[in-house]
This record gives sequence, structure tokens and C-alpha cells, in this order.
Amino acid sequence: MTDQRFRNAAGGRIDRSRPLTFQFNGRRYDGFGGDTLASALLANGVRLVGRSFKYHRPRGIVAAGSEESNALVQLGTGARTEPNVRATQAEMHDELSAASVNCWPSVEVDVGAINSALAAFLPAGFYYKTFMWPPRAWRFYEWFIRRAAGLGRAPTEPDPDRYEKTYAHCDVAVVGAGPAGLAAALAAGRVGARVILADESSEFGGSLLGEAATIAAAPALDWVAGAMAELAALPEVRLLPRTTVFGYYDHNHLGLIERVTDHLGPRTDTTLPRQRLWKVLARQVVLATGAIERPLVFDDNDRPGVMLASAARTYANRWAVRAGDRAIVVTNNDSAYPAALDLSEAGVNVQAVIDARETPPDAWREPLRVRGIDLAAGRTVAAALGRKRVEGAEVYELAADGSRLIGAARCYDCDLIAVSGGWSPTLHLFSQSGGRPRFDAGIAAFVPGESRQAERSVGAARGTFSLAGCLAEGFAGGAAAALACGFGDGVAPPVPATGDTPAGPLRPLWRVPTAGHGGKAFVDAQNDVTADDVELAAREGYRSVEHLKRYTTTGMGTDQGKTSNVNALAILADLTNATIAEVGTTTFRPPYTPVTYGALAGRSVGDRFDPVRMTGLHQWHEAAGALFEDVGQWKRPWYYPRRGETLHQAVARECGAVRASLGIVDASTLGKIDIQGPDALKLLNLVYTNAWDNLEVGRCRYGLMLKEDGMVFDDGVTARLGPNHYHMTTTTGGAARVMGWLEEWVQCEWLDMRVHFTSTTTHWTVVAIAGPNARRLLAELCPDIDLESAAFPFMAWRDGTVAGIPARVFRVSFSGEQSYEINVPSSCGVALWQVLMTAGAKYDITPYGTETMHVLRAEKGFVIVGQETDGTTTPQDLGMDWIVSKKKTDFIGKRGLTRADCGRADRKQLVGLLPENSKDTLQEGAQIVAEIRPKPPMPMEGHVTSSYWSAALGRPFALALLMGGRARHGQTVAVSSYGTTSWAKVVPPIFWDKEGERLRG
Amino acid sequence: MQYSIFNLIREGINKHKGWPAAFRHPEPKERYDVIIIGGGGHGLATAYYLAKEHGIRNVAVVEKGWLGGGNTGRNTTVVRSNYLWDQSAFLYEKSLKLWEGLTQDLNYNLMFSQRGVLNLCHNLHDLRELHRRINAIRLNDIDSEYLTRDQVKAFVPILNMDPNIRYPILGGSLQRRGGNARHDAVAWGFARAADRLGVDILQNCEVMAILRDGAKVTGIETTRGTIRAPKIGAVVAGHASVVAGMAGIRLPIESHPLQALVSEPIKPILHTVIMSGAVHVYVSQSDKGELVMGAGIDTFNSYAQRGSLQVIEDQMAAVVELFPMFSRLRMMRQWAGIVDVCPDASPIVSKTPVEGFYVNCGWGTGGFKATPGSGWVFAHTIAQDRPHRLNEAFNIERFSTGELIDEHGAAAVAH
Amino acid sequence: MHLIACPWCGPRDEVEYAYGGEGHIARPARPEALSDGAYADYLFMRRNPKGVHAERWVHAAGCRRWFNVLRDTVSHRILAVYKMGEPRPEAGP
Repeated sequence: MTDQRFRNAAGGRIDRSRPLTFQFNGRRYDGFGGDTLASALLANGVRLVGRSFKYHRPRGIVAAGSEESNALVQLGTGARTEPNVRATQAEMHDELSAASVNCWPSVEVDVGAINSALAAFLPAGFYYKTFMWPPRAWRFYEWFIRRAAGLGRAPTEPDPDRYEKTYAHCDVAVVGAGPAGLAAALAAGRVGARVILADESSEFGGSLLGEAATIAAAPALDWVAGAMAELAALPEVRLLPRTTVFGYYDHNHLGLIERVTDHLGPRTDTTLPRQRLWKVLARQVVLATGAIERPLVFDDNDRPGVMLASAARTYANRWAVRAGDRAIVVTNNDSAYPAALDLSEAGVNVQAVIDARETPPDAWREPLRVRGIDLAAGRTVAAALGRKRVEGAEVYELAADGSRLIGAARCYDCDLIAVSGGWSPTLHLFSQSGGRPRFDAGIAAFVPGESRQAERSVGAARGTFSLAGCLAEGFAGGAAAALACGFGDGVAPPVPATGDTPAGPLRPLWRVPTAGHGGKAFVDAQNDVTADDVELAAREGYRSVEHLKRYTTTGMGTDQGKTSNVNALAILADLTNATIAEVGTTTFRPPYTPVTYGALAGRSVGDRFDPVRMTGLHQWHEAAGALFEDVGQWKRPWYYPRRGETLHQAVARECGAVRASLGIVDASTLGKIDIQGPDALKLLNLVYTNAWDNLEVGRCRYGLMLKEDGMVFDDGVTARLGPNHYHMTTTTGGAARVMGWLEEWVQCEWLDMRVHFTSTTTHWTVVAIAGPNARRLLAELCPDIDLESAAFPFMAWRDGTVAGIPARVFRVSFSGEQSYEINVPSSCGVALWQVLMTAGAKYDITPYGTETMHVLRAEKGFVIVGQETDGTTTPQDLGMDWIVSKKKTDFIGKRGLTRADCGRADRKQLVGLLPENSKDTLQEGAQIVAEIRPKPPMPMEGHVTSSYWSAALGRPFALALLMGGRARHGQTVAVSSYGTTSWAKVVPPIFWDKEGERLRG
Repeated sequence: MQYSIFNLIREGINKHKGWPAAFRHPEPKERYDVIIIGGGGHGLATAYYLAKEHGIRNVAVVEKGWLGGGNTGRNTTVVRSNYLWDQSAFLYEKSLKLWEGLTQDLNYNLMFSQRGVLNLCHNLHDLRELHRRINAIRLNDIDSEYLTRDQVKAFVPILNMDPNIRYPILGGSLQRRGGNARHDAVAWGFARAADRLGVDILQNCEVMAILRDGAKVTGIETTRGTIRAPKIGAVVAGHASVVAGMAGIRLPIESHPLQALVSEPIKPILHTVIMSGAVHVYVSQSDKGELVMGAGIDTFNSYAQRGSLQVIEDQMAAVVELFPMFSRLRMMRQWAGIVDVCPDASPIVSKTPVEGFYVNCGWGTGGFKATPGSGWVFAHTIAQDRPHRLNEAFNIERFSTGELIDEHGAAAVAH
Repeated sequence: MHLIACPWCGPRDEVEYAYGGEGHIARPARPEALSDGAYADYLFMRRNPKGVHAERWVHAAGCRRWFNVLRDTVSHRILAVYKMGEPRPEAGP
């Protein structure tokens, strides 16, 4: 337990009625509700919170918000641990536990700090210049580098938390709930616009939370409370605290991440998600994202205790925490003066304000004098003293051109150096929206340029730093945005009076001249990029700002350079004699702050990663012990092993049953499309390669579809149900593709064609019975269809009833046996299946899965699109010339087939293979080689597409694509797989019932 | 100055004041023997090999922005050569062989790490295709091996090997010689090496027009003036149609944004490259600790190098499916590169009907790995005015004859 | 993250649509009369402009109707949406 020695007895926005305890690096501390981890650590006097990425330098808290570059912690433990959390954004809850990242064995004693001693040899990009010998030793060096890489640790267990996503629409989205954002929301909300107001902080008010400002002669936070109350009462206004707008995408889409329960700590109640991803479509966007204070670049400016002046001020005002006992405030602009005064008010001994400007505005002199704070003008800090915490500062007079220090140092004894190098508007979202920032020399910062989307920036986000200005722009921006959506008259509400002190111009100060005793001046603290690194990059020719970024890694840390970018490019501009405007800024990329993967995945995890499609018979298959195969999104029975059976044994048994008696298979997943209209026939003639004119009602026909390049795309049987009515079937995986294909052609190319499509795939349960006893079984159950071959031949269909269920029966066969595909309404599928199983028992009816189906069809030489074809296969390659009409003047793909390459004699053609060794089932995917050599390379001339052991043949067989294969029947070829060679005879690709008597019989 | 540990130490003592520029920033000359349009990895490699292999040193590389600013600096840094078709396999393997000595050749550490590329397989159909591919690769004398489920688990213990997940992992194919390289270093390394051989690298030099005399090219009009040369090679991924159009050439290319992202740096836990076509993800972990991921492409034509959200959402679902422990990690930065995609997902490295004008484009999502090989064959094509045996098949005519090299299975993301 | 106005259903998020590539590519009336090169033009060659692109989309998860869009491939701004069969409106090159 500690005493919160740096916490003032009164003030701040913490909940003193809610004392909390937490752990940091294994030690227990006290804090209050409303604290962040950072404010609570500072209250307890903890200054050293982390180590830097490369040199493992001791680091403390620099900022009070999401721009924090140093204070990264591993938050929580176990499955809920989270790496690299900024202590400034971790809201305090009871029993919070956190630890410093990237240090071992502890943050106090860190072995990695040896890098600091070697720093002279580890400048930016040093790794590009060494570790090159001996050749191929890089992985040896890399092992050590990877040991040192990374900051925090990933959890080692699955995430126990839940995430949600939601869509929202609004008229005006206001990003940021500081004075400008609140004003904008008020102006838009009052006239009835639907407003979403989001702010990353737990509390609205923005900068006002950390300042002691006044509005309308009262504390500014009173005005905030009033605004909040008014907004909360407006029904069309939605307030989203703890919600970061992280991305500005096309067409005014915003990505928001809401931390719904993170601040409550680990919970067992999971009614609420951990975080929620909002996808907001806004008609107008008001960016009131504020500005970020810049640090100053001086020697050892990274010592714990060097802090942004605004942050020190915020800690004092918002959390009643003194960031130090004895402070100096160093600035080049006005904003640090109220900070100095507030610090002093909070009890910090502020010794001096060190202002780089020769003549600071007179308005500050008197308030400083009253507080006993010295003012040192024309001076700046050139070095921080101390190592694990600031122990002092060296202050020098600065030459008029800023190029050198003059005279001797004055040393201040202090533990806090509060710095302000000016302010950079937060342009991230503006830049993401497609806008180009423009450099404003007046405030030495980039400001938003022309808008590319329906957005406007207000307040500090566009470089207006006075409170009055922020309120005025907020009101005006909100009113204008509402008007653009048709609400109100665009007139801004009156601006209340504020207590602003007019600000004087700032003195740009990018690189404080070195004090000369070997300190490092950091530009990007998190990535350990120093001013010397920037100089080295420029010297080596990496002069583009993007090269600078990539060569030195400045701005590429988890803070994405929020505090470092402008300093870095200004120093680069100086070194290359260019203006800052010429150097330009790098592109800001989403997200503004890092976004949890789980939130982006949302509910699409686990079972919901991708929908599972199951047929109506799925539960029956499961109960029968089927193993399943994924086919697209479908689960199809693969095979039905009986006790102790292997795949091979089960499939042999299933195949045997079909060939000898009767099998039954669930064919419901086949795609089905109902086609109707006077031009249906015309369409079929265009999308299939064969002719459909003479297909009578009651008959069906097999067809192949090609793409325009002549390559096989899908296949299936289509039945003529009526004069203008067809039932098309497709492959299981191709159903949606074919449906889309037909729609596309009819809607985009043949606009006058009168034909309509309806997907009926899941309307039907399709059960195929196959085998010599198929007709016998069906006859028992189907009194109203004449099943004799003369009346119901192969490739015909009939309507009737099966087991009393209205059914459409197709006499088609994918097995080569006598076979009927019985289609019944999906709701009747289970009933049908059960009747068939019961009635078929006397024929030993055997359910079979996809594996058996594949064996049976392969014995017949029936191809599977996607297995015997791969997008480079023509009908001729498959030996299916017979299905390509010579008479039709046109069909899709006809011209493609006559291109030069399609006529080559050495194209890969479908053949059968019989392995010479009759025990040797070839590996599917084995390659046929032209010549066996002792070792590769060996020229290949085809591959095995399907290969099975055939119970019917009593031997293995295969289908293959082989160069010039049709002319090579009878030859023996070498088949190579994983270094093993098999020899196989090339045969025609049909192995069973070549005359087709069984399926027609 | 050579890059070496000795010079690094010497310069360390010297406060690194002695390092010369890695490459010059010269003014354009009036005339060169060859102009390469595009200062990305492929263009710089072409210039380097023109100088090194063919003795053509009077070469300009013109780049509209900063070198390496296109897809070279936007990709996910995967290097491999596990391609199905012979033509692709030979070309990418040539490239991989060059990668294996490139750091020393360029005297610039490209951090080329052969940590392996593991393609996962989630269903029986993919498994069949996997065997086909592995066999083809091995018979072309390129390393590839099949890993069973258990071997996958041993190789990458953090993968979700639960057999009951939506897309369980059935096995995988591993190319151990594949891996990652540091992408920016490739551009800088080639630039430095080419510069040292006399090549002029002209940044901020945008081509406005290609000058012709009848059927022959004579030079280019740029934002930095007119530059003449009898031979011009265009290597401008993301702008191929635009630049080829200046020479009157139509290409079978569509440009799409390929989305990519990195996580915050975490202590390394993934030491290989994981790719899965079925759940659409590829991921590796950089030497800085960031998880680098490629997502899918936006399906529409675009030249905007902007991140979008919906592709990333699907991507994250896939990542969490494979690595449930990644759920609490965070995306730090997302972006897009513009990929030029050919109908057969294979590149065009070819002469054109315009004399002296050569194109190298259409690498789709797979260009980074090809960088040295692409430059090597393109340099040959330009220097000899005929393709090398390795890029003969990658001509423009194939789209007329139909002799395509269909590599749609090659990338982890569907084109 | 486009917001596209389906001519039948009104503005909907991009995820409801599927992209169909360049529009106004008419299928040759007599493909057999074309040379391999001319047929390749139809099959494969694309304008792929940096700027205004006339393209096709289908409201796949909605009414399943195809339509044309004029869209800028750099800014992603949608300049026009029009039905199949209608001529391309005047806008840009």
C-alpha cells in the first residue's frame, strides 16, 4: 500500500468515494475510480514505467491521452492479458494488474539496456549494413534480433470475451467531444439532425477536463455539464463515450470502436460485449479531434519526468495529481503559461517558465510574478539530467537563429520538465478521408486543406486554439452540417464569453542545439529515433519524408508518430534546405489508435466463422455414424463406417452394395434452378454446348457449360418440365455461380430475352437410389408411375408419389447403375428416406457417401468439374466432343474453343490409368513424367486427377490428364509421387459397363 | 563505402559522419541508352542487371514519387517459388535463387529470412490439389514437402488444430526455402548497387508522355523535362495500363487494391509464413514483432491506395479462426497497394508491338517475391531485344492464342 | 466501403453488391468472324482507366439486378448509376 503522495487532497474528477487497489510490476498501489493507470501511477510517485524499444532506455509517462508514446504496459493476466496498452488509456478498476513491457528481469534492472552502451554502433538502419557474412548466416543473427523484438506478449489462450458489431446511420457525426465537438453537436442536435457524438475518453469535455478555463463566467466544466444534459435530452442525439473513431473510409463511412466493458475489468457477466465495432454512415462529418502538443527535441529529452506541459496540467486538474515536486516549464508558445499557473496552483513548485521567444507576451508576466515563477525568455532547455528520472535541467540562452546555445548553462534542480513545442492539429481522420494537409507557418503545423468528402474540421483540429474560437467554429460547423442535411437555417448559436488570453506567435524550435555531453535527443521516443538518426538518413540520401520514416522507423510505433511526425520532418527540412511544406507529411493510415482483432472479427468466430449448410437429412446421417466432407459450405456424408471399418473398407462395402443390389445417397446439395419463360430454350442453347431443341417435355439431358474462353465451367442435368419451363441442376459447389452466370447474361447481354430464374436448391430433398434393385424398390412405393423402361426410359422424369409423398422422379445415373433421383419437398425428406431404408432392407439398401459416389462415377469415366478440370480444360480435352454441337451457330465459349492453343495435339487429355501393380492405388495429384531420372528435374506431362481402388474391378484405377493422351492408349507411363514411381497403362477413361446397359436396363 | 561490421564500428566511433549517400539525386541527362519507367523493386532490379549483366550503364530509372513507394513498400514481403506450372516455377525459382545471394551481391542486408512458407489445407479437395502441386514443384527440383496434421502442429504449435472447427486443418505444404525479406531494403539495396554502377535514379520525375517516331519509341516527356532513349521498359505495378496506354498498348489488366495490415509489435511467436487459401489469410511476423497480414483484394477497379474496412473484417475473422490467441492483439496500421491483375494471374514480361518498348507488369498479388528474377529476365529482354527462355511464355500474345499460364491457385487470396 | 444507390432499392452498403467489371463490353454478334486477336480484345483487354470508369454491379444480396455505374477509380466518387441497356451518361472522359 502506498500513500498517493502526489495526490492533492481535493479537486480533480476522480471519485474519492471509490478507492481502488491495483498492481503494477508486482507491487500494490492505491487509486480512485476515475483514474487511469497513468494518473494512479503518478499519484503514487511511480515515474519509471517502461523501457524503450531499441536501447531499453528508462521511460516515464509523457502524455495524458492516446498520443502516449512511452508508457506501454501488459494489462491483465491469463487469457485476458493485453499487450502494449497505453497506461494513459487504461481506466482504473479494482484489482487491475499491469506490468511494464520489453524489459527483463525488471523495469528497474533491464539487461536489454546493454544496447544503450552499444548505441554508437546501432544507428538508424545499422542492420542494413552488417550481419551479411558469412552468407546465409542471417538466420543465426536473426534469432538474436527476434529475441529482442516486440513489446508486449500475446495471450497464450483463446479470448474468453465477446465482441459485437453494429451499423448506424446519422446526419451529422461529430468526432471529439471537446468544446468544439460539443458545440457542433449542440448546434446540429438542436435543429433536429440525427447526431452521433463520439469521444475516445471516458468523459466528455476534451481539453476542458484538464484546464481551469471559464465559459460564461463560470467554470467551463459547468458549461460541459449543461451541454451534456441538453444533448442527452435530445432524442436524435446518440452519445458514445469511450469510443474512438479510428477510420474514415470512402463515402463517409466511419469505423468506431467502443470499449464497452474494458473499464469494468474482468467480469463473469458477459451480457455486454467487451468491445463493439460501429460502422457509421454519416451524411456529414464534423471533425473536432483537437490537437496534440509536440515535445521538444533536446538531449535526453526521454528521461522519466519530461512530460508534455498540457499533460502535466491535465494530471493536476483532472486527477488532482502533481506530476512532480519541482518543475520547470519549457515552451516556445503561449499554451504552457496557463499550464505553469495550474501546476503551481496544484502545489507543484514551478521554478521557471523557460520561453524560447525573446519577448513573450506581457500578459503572462504578472500572473507568473504573483505565483513566484521566474520567466526566462530567449532560453531553452538543452539537456535533461538524471537517468531513471529527471534530476535537473540545463538551460541556455538560444541564438537568435536558433542554431546554437550561448553562454553557460543554468542548471535547475527539478524532477519535472514540462515541455511545449507547439501544437499539431489531429489530422488523421481528415487525411484518411482523402484530404491533403497544408502547412500553416503561422502556427508551424499542418492544418486541413480542401475537403474531399462531406466533412469539415472545427476548433483545434483546424488550428484554432482559443476556446472562444473552438466554440464559435463548433457551433458554426454543427449548424452548417445540419443545414447540409436539411435541418435548421445554418445560423450558428451565439458563443458564450470565455476567459481566453490572446496568444502571441510561437517560435518554431525543432531541434534544440546539443548541450554537447553525449546525450541523445529523441524525435520518436517509442522507436528510439534520435535527431542524429534523422540527420544520418538525410546524409545517406533518404530525403523523402517516406524514406525517412521507413529508414529510421520514426512514426511507425504503436503511437503512429502522433507526437513525433512534425518534429521529424521539420528537422529533415532543415537538413535538406527545404521548407516544411515542401517536405510534406506522410500519409496517415487507419486506425487512429490500434483496434482489437477480435472486434473486427466480431461474431464471425468459432461456429459462426462461416455458415454451415446441412441438408434436411443431416441428423439422420449423423445418427448413422457418417463422417462428413466439406463441399463448399455444405456438410456432405463422406462415408458411413460400420464398427471398426476404415475408409477403404467402408467404401468397398458401399460400392459393392450399389453394384450388387442397392445403394442410397443424399443428393440434395446439387444446385437446382427453375427456369421459366418463352425464351428458356433459347437460353439453354446459348449456355450449354449441346443442342436442346428436340428435348421433349418429360425428358432430361446432360449439359456442359463453358466460359467464353471455352474452358469447362459447370455441368449438370436439365429437365424440360413444360413447353417454357425447365429444371436445371448444377454441381454442388457451382450452384450460386451458375445462378449468377445466367442472371448476368440475361440482364446484361440478352436484355430482350424473356426468361426468369429461381434458385430451388433447398426446396427439394433429393434422394438417389442406385443399383440393380432400384426399380424393384421404387415400384413397391410408387403406384402411379409406370417404371418400365419403355415408359420411363433413362434420362426421363415423371411426377407421381413415392410412399404417398408427392415426388418428381428423375431417371438419371451418376453411378452407372439403374438409378432414380427422387425429389420431394424438403419437409418430406426424412419421411421418404426412412421409408426407403425400411422397404429397402430386404435388398440390403446401403447408404453411401461422396467417396463411394466418386468411385462409382470414376469407374464410368464421369468427370467432376473441378477435379478432372481446373479452368484450363476444354470439352475436347475431356473426350466430350460429342456434347459440343457442330450445328449451333453460337453458344458461350464456342469461339474460345477455336483459338490456336485449343487445337494443339499435345493438350492434356482425359485418360484412364491402370497401375501395373494391382496393389498400387496411385496418389491423387501424382504427376506423370516423361522420363524417370535419378533425381529431379523430370519433365511432366500430366497428372492423376482421380484414383481409387475398385471393388468391382478388383484392382486400382485412375483418371488422369495426359498430354496427347487420347492417342496414347496402350502405352505405359511413369507416375511419380513423393519420389516413388509407379507404372501404369493408359486406357480409355471408362472401366465399367462400357455399353451403358446397366444404367439403361 | 562497403557496408560491413568493420565500417559500422569505424563509423560508430566517427559518429557516422562518414557514410556517403546510398544513391545520388542526379539531374536527368538528355539521353540514355535505356529508360526504365518505375523506381520500384522490379525497375531498380532491371536497371541493376542491365548494368551488371549486360554492361549497359547509361540507364535512367524514372520514378514519379519516391523510390520503392509503390507496391515494393506496400506488400507483405513473402518470398517463395512453389508454383504449379513449369513456366512459373522456373521463373520464380530463378528469382528465389537470386534472393539467396542477393544480400551479398548488393552489399545491403535485405534481411532475407528463409523461415519457410506453410500453405494450409482444410478440405479433401484442397488436399488433392496440394499433392498435385507439391509433386509438380518437387519434380521441377524445387523444395516442397507435405506436412501431415501432426507435423503442422509441431511446426506451428500456436495454430488451432481442433478437428471440430469450421475449417479444420488437414495438412499443409511447406517450402522451407521460402520466407520473408525486408521490403524497403530491396528497393534501397538495388538502388544503391545500380547507382554505384552508374545508373541515374530520377525521383519525383513523372512520365507525362511516351515519344514515338512511327512504330519506334524515342523517349519520354516528364515533369523534369524530355529524356531520350531508344529503349524504354515500363515496370509500373499499379499503373501498367496507364503507362502502356501512353505508348498505345492495351493490356489485359485490371487494377485492384490489395488490403494489408500490421499488428502492434509483440514478442515473436510465429516463425514462419502461414497461408490459407480456404479461409483467406496470410500472415507472418516481422523481425520487429509486427504480425504482417495480407487480406483480400477489393473486387472493384481502383487506383486509390486506401485501406477499406470490410475486407479487413473478413480477414480478422480468418486470423482468429486459425489463431484464437490473436483475438486480443490489435491492428496498428492498414493500407492498400494497387495490384495489376492479369486474367490468368500470371505476369507479362514482354516485348510489345511498339519497337523499343517493353512491358513488365501484371504480377497481381505476387510481385515482391519475383523482384530479382523479374529484373533479371527483363534486363535480358531489353538488352537482347528478345525474351530470355525463362520469360518467353509470359508474352502478350498468349491472350490471343489462349496459351495462358493459369495460376489462380497460386496466391492465398482469390484474384 | 462504397455506398451505392441501386436503381431499384436505393442506397445500400457495398457489401450487398458484387462487382462485374468494365461495362458496355458487347458480346460480338459473330464471334466466329473474329481473329484470335480481336476475340482476345473482347475476352481480356480492358480500359482500366485511372479516373472515370463505366462498370457493372449487381445487387447480389438484394434484388439481384444488374446495373451500370460511373465511378472514379481514384476518388471512388460515384458519378452516375443507370440501368442496363441505357447509354453511358456524359461524365468525364
